Amino acid sequence: MIKRIFILLALVGLVLMFIPFLRDFDFHKELSKLSSQYVEGSINDLNTQNVVTSVIVTYRGLDTLGEVTVLFLTTAGVGFLLRKKKASLKTRRSSELLQTASQFLFVLIILTGIFIFTHGHLTPGGGFQGGVLITTAFLLLILADVNLKFNYSILHFVESFSGVFYVMIGLFGFLILGMNSFLDPTILPLGNYGKLLSAGAIPVIYSLIGLKVGSELTTIIDKMGGE
Amino acid sequence: MISIIIIVFGIIMIIAAFLAIHLKNLLSAIISAGVISLLASVIYLLLAAPDVAMTEAAIGSGLTTIIFIFTLKKIKKGDLDD
Amino acid sequence: MIFSLILGFLLLIIGLYGMLTQKNLIKIVIGFSIVDTGTHIIIVSIGYLSGKTAPILDSTVDLANAAKQVVDPIPSALVLTAIVIGLAVTALMLSFVIKLYQKNKSLSIDDYQELKW
Repeated sequence: MIKRIFILLALVGLVLMFIPFLRDFDFHKELSKLSSQYVEGSINDLNTQNVVTSVIVTYRGLDTLGEVTVLFLTTAGVGFLLRKKKASLKTRRSSELLQTASQFLFVLIILTGIFIFTHGHLTPGGGFQGGVLITTAFLLLILADVNLKFNYSILHFVESFSGVFYVMIGLFGFLILGMNSFLDPTILPLGNYGKLLSAGAIPVIYSLIGLKVGSELTTIIDKMGGE
Repeated sequence: MISIIIIVFGIIMIIAAFLAIHLKNLLSAIISAGVISLLASVIYLLLAAPDVAMTEAAIGSGLTTIIFIFTLKKIKKGDLDD
Repeated sequence: MIFSLILGFLLLIIGLYGMLTQKNLIKIVIGFSIVDTGTHIIIVSIGYLSGKTAPILDSTVDLANAAKQVVDPIPSALVLTAIVIGLAVTALMLSFVIKLYQKNKSLSIDDYQELKW
């Protein structure tokens, strides 16, 4: 009982901490100076329609690189904890409907994922969303066939390939543009505003992020869902 | 208009959060947690953040729910009590 | 938007309450994911400016005056990466739950007292 009282006290203290924050919170009417510079720079310097993409890939690019590293580490942790001992053959098969529909839908979902991460600089979406959609396609395959075995060498190849090329595009900035240009997308021509082949290296970097997120989350899903 | 939709969805989300914590059946609790994420994606859309809405709809309500259900399947008992 | 800010704080408090009071390990992870959602709603609603549109600068936005018409893109970018990390962390926590269950055949946190003092 005394534990409950302490928990309630802690929560009430948290509420008391939040109330001044909510009472004195004044909403901005204008963008801050930094955000307006990001919006202006996204039009003038990067030719990117989606400002969120230009913030993620370019202005906070190092942040995203670290985030992909965290994703890799958690995938390694899940893979270490859930090592497969031996394959147990399951007798119950999934329904005919699910098996047929999964073969039909797999290609469509993969294509939608690729569309989303290649158009990340034009429309909402990008590498993370596209990668998750690709994972959903593989999830459908796992649900349709419980004894499915993925080819791990291909998964690992895609994952390390995209990771290495992501860092290498960043290093090309050093070589071509000088010391302050790690992950600068202007190493490729900027193109016309609003076209698919524009915005320098941003579509390339976001596609690599999409492949990396997709392969890592597929590994997690396979480890968690496999028998 | 936006405030009315946010208030209605917010009440549903808070009810779902209480259900997710207090329901004895783990499968129902997991589905309630998925409902919170699905409604949160609509709120992100109303707050003019379509990128976040897409991510939350795919990850929060899709993959997170599936991962919880896979865990339940590995534990092999749907109905453990506290 | 003040309502979504309040909603985010309420979700955060409910999730924390669940994490502190529940005994079941899976319920604790569910509470963690509710706290996650609440924090994301708070950050996105701080970046919202009323009456402005999403930061996609296509033909509906006047490009010469774009910074006056869109909401803040930085909270969106932060939350987007945080959601993906949240999924990965949840998966790691759940695999710890699976490991603990395989070892002790119990989901109640009262049965894991090795580190209690």
